[in-house]
Parts: sequence; C-alpha cells; structure tokens
Amino acid sequence: MANIISDETIAYVGILAKLELSEEEKERARKDMGEMLDYIDQLNELDTSAVEPMSHVFPVNNVFREDVVTNGDGRNDTLANAPFKKDGGFEVPKTVTG
Amino acid sequence: MNLTSLTAVALGKKIRAKEVSAAEAAAAALEEIKKKEPQINSFVTVDEEGAIERAKEVQKGIEDGIYTSPLAGVPIAVKDNICTKGIRTTCSSKILKNFIPSYMAQAVRNLEKAGAIVIGKTNMDEFAMGSTTETSYFGAVKNPWNTAHVPGGSSGGSCAAVAAEECTCALGSDTGGSIRQPSSFCGVTGIKPTYGTVSRYGLIAYGSSLDQIGPIAKDVTDCAAILEVISSYDKKDSTSVRRSDLDFMSALTDDVSGMKIGIPKDYFGNGLNEEVKQHVLSAAKVLEEKGAILEAFDLGLVEYAVPAYYVIACAEASSNLARFDGVKYGYRTDDYAGLHQMYKKSRSEGFGPEVKRRIMLGSFVLSSGYYDAYYLKALRTKALIKQEFDKAFAKYDVVLGPTAPSTAPEIGSSLEDPMKMYLGDIYTISVNLAGLPGISVPCGLDQNGLPIGLQLIGDCFQEKKIIRTAYAFEQTRQYQRSPYGSGIPADKAASWKGGDRA
Amino acid sequence: MRKLYETVIGLEVHVELATKTKIFCGCSTAFGGAPNSHTCPVCTGMPGSLPVLNKQVVEYAMAVGLATNCDITRDCKFDRKNYFYPDNPQNYQISQLYLPICRNGSIEIETESGGTKHIGIHEIHMEEDAGKLIHDEWEDCSYVDFNRSGVPLIEIVSEPDMRSAEEVIAYLDKLRLIVQYLGASDCKLQEGSMRADVNLSVREAGSKTFGTRTEMKNLNSFKAITRAIEHEKNRQIDLLESGEKVIQETRRWDDVKEYSYAMRSKEDAQDYRYFPDPDLVPVHISEEWIQEVKARQPELRTEKLLRYQSEYGLPFYDADILTGTKKLADLFEATAKISSKPKKVSNWIMGETMRLLKESGMEPEEIRFSPENLAKLIELVDNGTVNGSVAKEVFEVVFAEDIDPAVYVEEKGLKTVHDEGALRSTIDRVIKENPKSVEDYQNGKQKAIGFLVGQTMKAMKGKANPGMVNEILKEVLSQL
Repeated sequence: MANIISDETIAYVGILAKLELSEEEKERARKDMGEMLDYIDQLNELDTSAVEPMSHVFPVNNVFREDVVTNGDGRNDTLANAPFKKDGGFEVPKTVTG
Repeated sequence: MNLTSLTAVALGKKIRAKEVSAAEAAAAALEEIKKKEPQINSFVTVDEEGAIERAKEVQKGIEDGIYTSPLAGVPIAVKDNICTKGIRTTCSSKILKNFIPSYMAQAVRNLEKAGAIVIGKTNMDEFAMGSTTETSYFGAVKNPWNTAHVPGGSSGGSCAAVAAEECTCALGSDTGGSIRQPSSFCGVTGIKPTYGTVSRYGLIAYGSSLDQIGPIAKDVTDCAAILEVISSYDKKDSTSVRRSDLDFMSALTDDVSGMKIGIPKDYFGNGLNEEVKQHVLSAAKVLEEKGAILEAFDLGLVEYAVPAYYVIACAEASSNLARFDGVKYGYRTDDYAGLHQMYKKSRSEGFGPEVKRRIMLGSFVLSSGYYDAYYLKALRTKALIKQEFDKAFAKYDVVLGPTAPSTAPEIGSSLEDPMKMYLGDIYTISVNLAGLPGISVPCGLDQNGLPIGLQLIGDCFQEKKIIRTAYAFEQTRQYQRSPYGSGIPADKAASWKGGDRA
Repeated sequence: MRKLYETVIGLEVHVELATKTKIFCGCSTAFGGAPNSHTCPVCTGMPGSLPVLNKQVVEYAMAVGLATNCDITRDCKFDRKNYFYPDNPQNYQISQLYLPICRNGSIEIETESGGTKHIGIHEIHMEEDAGKLIHDEWEDCSYVDFNRSGVPLIEIVSEPDMRSAEEVIAYLDKLRLIVQYLGASDCKLQEGSMRADVNLSVREAGSKTFGTRTEMKNLNSFKAITRAIEHEKNRQIDLLESGEKVIQETRRWDDVKEYSYAMRSKEDAQDYRYFPDPDLVPVHISEEWIQEVKARQPELRTEKLLRYQSEYGLPFYDADILTGTKKLADLFEATAKISSKPKKVSNWIMGETMRLLKESGMEPEEIRFSPENLAKLIELVDNGTVNGSVAKEVFEVVFAEDIDPAVYVEEKGLKTVHDEGALRSTIDRVIKENPKSVEDYQNGKQKAIGFLVGQTMKAMKGKANPGMVNEILKEVLSQL
C-alpha cells in the first residue's frame, strides 16, 4: 500500500467529520482509506493541467429568487422532529462555559 | 390474475375504464406486500391507511375528470430517500429512523398531481451508499429471482418490489448506477434521466452533483410514462433545467432504422462476466437486425470514472450528511457529556459502517492540503470524461453496453471487499459524472436464472433516443417474471409482521 | 527601554443586508417573532431542501462593491464552509471563498492630522448568517433559534492598512455611511447588523514584515473596538518584550471585564474544507447588469454634501453634520421639501434634535418623529402662532411621541396671545404686585425689566408674544 494512513490522520478526520470510531473501526478505516487512496491515485496518470475543474455539467447560471416573502410561520413544522426542544428552540448541550 | 402483475400503464387504463377502482388496485398491492415482505423486505414503511384513503380521493377525482394521466389511481412505491410529507423518510438509516418530513419532494408532488398513489417507502442502501441494499438499518433486501442473492443497490427495495410484483412501479434514485444496476439484477427496467430533469427538491442528498430521481418498472412504456410525470422545471432546485421535450411517451416507437449505436470496446474487456457479455452482444445484434447501425469504438478513460466518482461523491456526502447531528431531527445518543461528544456519539451510533467509511474519505479529500490533489483532480477528470462522451455522441445516437459486469452476487459476498463492490459500478458511474441519461432493460438470464441488464446511454437531453432504442429491443422479447412475481414458493411462506420493523 | 512598535490592523466587517427575505429561501428577515417562527426546511437544514439565491443580495453586494471601488467578479460562485456548531443548521455555511463577488477596492478616510489615507478592500463576499443560541441560566443547556439563520450578510475584508484605533473608527464610520446611503443595511453595531472582527499584529517600527496576528471577535460598539485594540496592542507588545511569541488565534473580547481570551478547543480543527456548493449555480454578472445597478445607485455622501450647500444654501458646517448620518440627511430632505425653509429645518435638527438625542442617549437612527410634524412646528413658529420657547416645549413632545404640533398647541391652549388689552391688564397687575422691581427700574436698574417680563410671561403661561410684552412694559413704566 502506497498510502499509509496514520492514527493521527484517522483521529484528525474523526474531529472534522464528528465521528468517534472504535479501535476495531479505526484499524479498518486506516486500511480502507489507504486502499481507496491508492486506487484514487490512478488519477495521477492523467495529465489534467490544461483542464478546468468541472463542478456543474451544464453551463447554467443566474438562477435567482425575487426578494418576496413566501413563507409563513414555520415553527411547528421546524420543531416537529426535534429530539429535544424547549421554549420553542432546539435544546443542545450548553455551548458556553461559565 | 393479480393486478400488480400488470404494467402501470395497463393498470391505469383499467382504472380509467372503471374496470377496477383505485382502491382495489391499492388493496391488491397491499395484499401482495403482506404476502411477500417476509421474504423480500423491499419496504421500510407501508402506508396502508394513507394509500387506501388517497385511492378513494383519487377515484373520485378520476370520475370527476380531474385525473386523466396514465398513472391516475396507480399505486407506486417511493425510495426512502425521497421525502414524503407525513410519511417517515429514513434513508434506511438509524439516524433518521423516526424522521417525518413536513414537505413533499417535487417528484412525488408531481406523481400526486397525476393521481398516482404512494403505497410505501422502499428499502435501500443506507443513504444510497452501496450496490447491494445490504447496508440498510432495516435489514437486507432479497432478490426476488433468488433470495440468496442481493437485488443490487442502492435502489434495491424499489427494484425488488417491482420484480416481486408487490407493486407495478417505483421511484428510485441514481448517483452512480443506483437505479440501473439493481434494475439489471432484478430483471426490471429503470431510467436515470439527464441531470436536472427531475427536481432534486426533497431528495435527501448523497452526491448532489450526481443524484437524479428516476422511474423503475416492468417495461419501457411504464418508465417513459412515469418519467413524463415526474420531470419538471422546479424553481426550488437551482440545478433544475428548463426543457420543452418532456413528452417521453412519444418516443415509444418500434423503429431503430438508421439509429447509430456505438459499442465501447472498453466496456467489454477484463472483469466482464462472459455470459453477460454474450447476452448484451446478442441484444446489440437484435437491434442491428431491426435496422440500427452498430460500430465499436474506444470510449477512453473508463477506468478513471470510478476513482473520480468516489472522490466527488464522498466529498459531497461528507458535507451533505453533516446536518445529521442529533439537534434538529433524527437520532440523538442517550448518554453524552457536552456538545462535541453528543455530536460524535450520535453520528457514530446513527450511521452504519459504509456511510462512515465514505464520510471519512470525503472529509479527508477536502481537508487542508489535499483539496487540489484529490478534489480538483477529480473535477478535472470529470471534465475529461465528459469530453470523451461528447466525442462519442458526435458520432453515435446511443452508446450500448452492459449495465453491470456480472449478475447479482450472493448476499454477504460483497461487503467484505468494498473495492470490489465499487468496481461493480464501472459501467454506470461515468454516466452520472457526465450528467447523461441511461436506461437498463432486461436482456436475458444467466445459467443460474439471474437477470442480465442491457444499458443504453444517450447524450444530454436525449432520453427519447434511449427510450426508442430500448422500446424497439423490448418488442422482440417477452417480459420474464421473477419466481416471487408469480407467487410465493410454498416452502417460503411466512406471516407478515407489518411494515414497521425498526 | 521599550522599542517603538507599529500596530497593523485589518478588519473583517459583517453587514446584514436589508433584504425582505433570507438569502436562500422566502422566509422573512424581520426582527422579533417567536423562536423559529421565521423558518422553513431550507434555513433549518432539513434533509432534501435546496437553496435558491435571492437576487437582491447580489445587487446589494454589487452596489457596495461599486461604491468602494472594487472590481466586480464576472463569474462568482458559492462555496461551503464546513464546521459543526448548533447555530449552523446544515453544519456548513454557504459563503464565498474561491471567487468572491468583489475584489481590490479601497475607501478614503480622513486622518487625525487632517490628511487622507486609502484603506484597501481585499474582497467582499456574500454569505448566510447563523441562528442564535440562547443559554439557559439554570440548566446545563442552550436553545437554538433559527430565525436569523440564512439572513444575508456581506463580509467586507480590508487590507491590513490601518495603524491605530482612530483609523479603524474612521474606516468603519465611512464604510457604515456608504452602506447606509446605499440602503443596503442599517448597520447598527449594537443590534449586530454590523459586526467588526479586528485582525491585529504589532511589529517594530520600520520593519517591513508583518508580525503574527490575532483575530478579535465580539466587538459591539466603537468604544469596545477602541478599547479592544488598545488592550490587544499592549498585550502583544508585552509578550514580545518579555521574549515570548504571539500565537495566531481567535480571541473573544469581554467589554465588561475589558479583557480578551482565546477561543481555543481541541475539537475545532479550523479546517473548513471549502468546496463549491453543488446545489447553487454560478452567478454571471454582465456589464449591462453592473450599469443597471450603478444607474439605480442613490446619491452618496460626497455628492449630497455639495448639493446641500448649493441647492439649500446651507453652510458647510450644517451640511457636513446632516450628511454624516443617513437618517439625519433623510429627515432634513423630507422636512425641507415640505416646509421649503431649509435653513430653519437645519437649525431644528442641528439644535434641538441633537440636544434631545444626546440627552436621551439615542442614535439618530432611533428618531421617531415624522418630517411632517417638524415642518408643521416650523410653520407654527413662523406665522407667530407660538413663540420660540413654547415651540421648544412642543418639540420635546413631538420628539418623544410624534404628535401633531398644531393639534397639540390648540388642545393645550399654547397659542401666543396677541390681544393687547389682555396683555396690558396683566402688565398692570404685575406692576402692582412688584413695586420693588418697578422702583429698581426707575432708579436706573435696567435689568429689573427682565424680571418683570418674566413675571408677565409666567402670568400669561408663556403664551405671550415676548416682543410685545417688552414694548408695552417699557411704555407703561415710562408713563408711571
């Protein structure tokens, strides 16, 4: 395997992705990610230096809304699936200390 | 004869002719679902009450002349990543197992405007990530041709439901082959439309730049009829395309004379099962006999589509799936200390291994220092792949090849080696990267009695050409029913436990 | 002895745009409303929802860019900035990193020494605001309200061209005025519709390289900005003087404690994984569109300042103050249009209005009275219906409650008494009651007449015409 994925990388990506892997999952993730990256590295065989990255397949642009209020009071629908709610808001663990 | 053995269009005709009522059609589908679900598991949620109630409304609408479309009164199954107002929509994931949207996907809204009746939500690979429909939180789906085999994925529930004749038709979604490949494995027909043809509003995103909703049914006519109904310009979807050629049923003509069909040599090389190859090439011959002009050509870059796809799809997925965090909806872990642990535990417990694998990869390729090397490189490769297809379509009306390199593998044989599973999408993935339309139609069975799919790819906005070609091919053969289509093998009967198994 | 240091400051200013709806959905941007009432699937990150760009946001951003001499990016795109936080419903913010709408601008500020200085604008980009977190005082939890989620913002990023708090304030003042004049935002620091983050570093005087910078957040007033800059400058110099290093970090200013602290967490990798948002298509801005936006651009301050002097004949001093705040300029023009006595209008605004604002600690934006009522009051004075001191009293009520002064004067019986008979009988009575003052006056104490005028006015409840009172008093006293 050309790409060796370190424990630090797995830990770092875990912070970015907000995933906490078990030891077993971590081991598996290192192997899987290394293999995938080896495979993806095939792309380096292609000379793409003269090619623009293509985000959208069609050259569509300027899709706009007019600045007109179309939505009414959405609070019931918004909160309908909340795992925890209170006082009309979504309840989360405290985000400030002190 | 059971009503679900009909095609959607034939059933619709009977309903409009008052030979059967919409409620009878819905009841027949519910009956089949009850009988077959213990073995097939193609549904996550069956909306029994809602479907019957809606069928009565629609019946009245048909009698009042409000609903006149070919789908009026026809029950349809909807893949569980497509939001249905008031019916839970889970993406076959624990993290969304209780999510009930307050809004309707535009495609489903279009179906309802045409009088179709949503009968339930079909099982799938979790968040559409997979090619076998084994990664569902609600259990694997079985192939109605042989329940020891997978139905393909990720729209495995929709394809199995149609093949098992639990309903006449369904909606699926296709990001890298997720309509076409399971259609091939289940012996049904499915279309992935040109990107932007069907609104993505309400489709829970996997790879936003690749995702499209499309029809799955027994034949090309049904697919054309459903596609005509669900396609629309939608101002809620900025990537929606305005088209004036959405009358897909007009392409149902048995005429391919002069049609130029390109056969990419690269689709018939190493890795392709010999039986699949022979059936696909015979299908091409059939089209040639009907007047089409065949030519083999070099498509190029075929081997780069899969790696480019995994970079793009996983990168987008890592961002699209960030919203599942236990705050606004869905699963939240029971026990946590502080915000970040709540996030990490909810997500780690809520997502399955394949989803986590792809989120990790996607987060990595976008992370500082790797964006250019991986993400931009993949977007550049995508541009080159699109150029290859542009060259092909300058010469050919349609590109023909296999949908998948093999027939349906046995359950449990793919998950151990993700790389191998990813390669199973080699013929379908480039179509998504280039935004093209593609169709899979059955073209025979292998010696184990498992279906083989023929894939036809069109240029952007040329659905009619692939529909016409597929339709002409279909006229040369009979629809082959799966064993579960015609009934449940006596030894497999078991009692239904209801649609909600989670 | 301490070395000489130079402070280098750049600003990131967020301005909430004055659109009616959010940037990507049709929800109202109005303040107030119950928590989560101005929300929909799009601005709460519901699965399957998709953003559609509000055209007005692009036009406001273009207008600000043009007014700050920026180049407009002809093909701009939106990117996703990925980070987890509960006020960020999708856990990514739609912003612009790779192709922001405006670049390479500058504005001119006046420096303390009386000269001018150009402050470069690196870029202006469009993005969505986050929701609000409310912290429970008793329980260990917070609540999220997404009413502000998706409200359009522009972020104006300056070059590190400022060297002092004074320059920073001058830059912010100028920027605020430009944005207000364009109608793109009301720019209230206290309410958060304008927010400034300060990037600051110090270096030895004469050095050409930049020092390590910190970013200071949570600055809610010009005073807080000034204090935070002084504090951070000294903190960094102290570090360097004691041989330590400045760490590149984000710090939060506590204006009550006059202290800042680092916002560090091992869970914040600060790796935002920006990539183009696949749900939004590029914005192409044609030359025609730029010209359209330019043509619609309202008169800006410099033009207004000149016009007030030429068209209304105001002195520079008045014109400068009036155009210094969009609200005052609007009020002036609207009132002058009704009353056609611009200098008097200016006097009322510059005098009584400013006095009352100062006394009540209000900003000009908080003025509630209408131009119509001010114009009416000016007319009442002009036609002699009320005298100057009554007018000032009436104005206080106009200022506080926006009452109709004509009706008020009528109801309260505040009209000036022009009836000579009534005046004379009052004066006779005052003279009788104040023999001491009369005597003083007759003994050459001219000042005593002032007391008698005052007594007469008091007896007439202030409604007398002061000129007439003076005249009649003198006449009566001379005849005694």
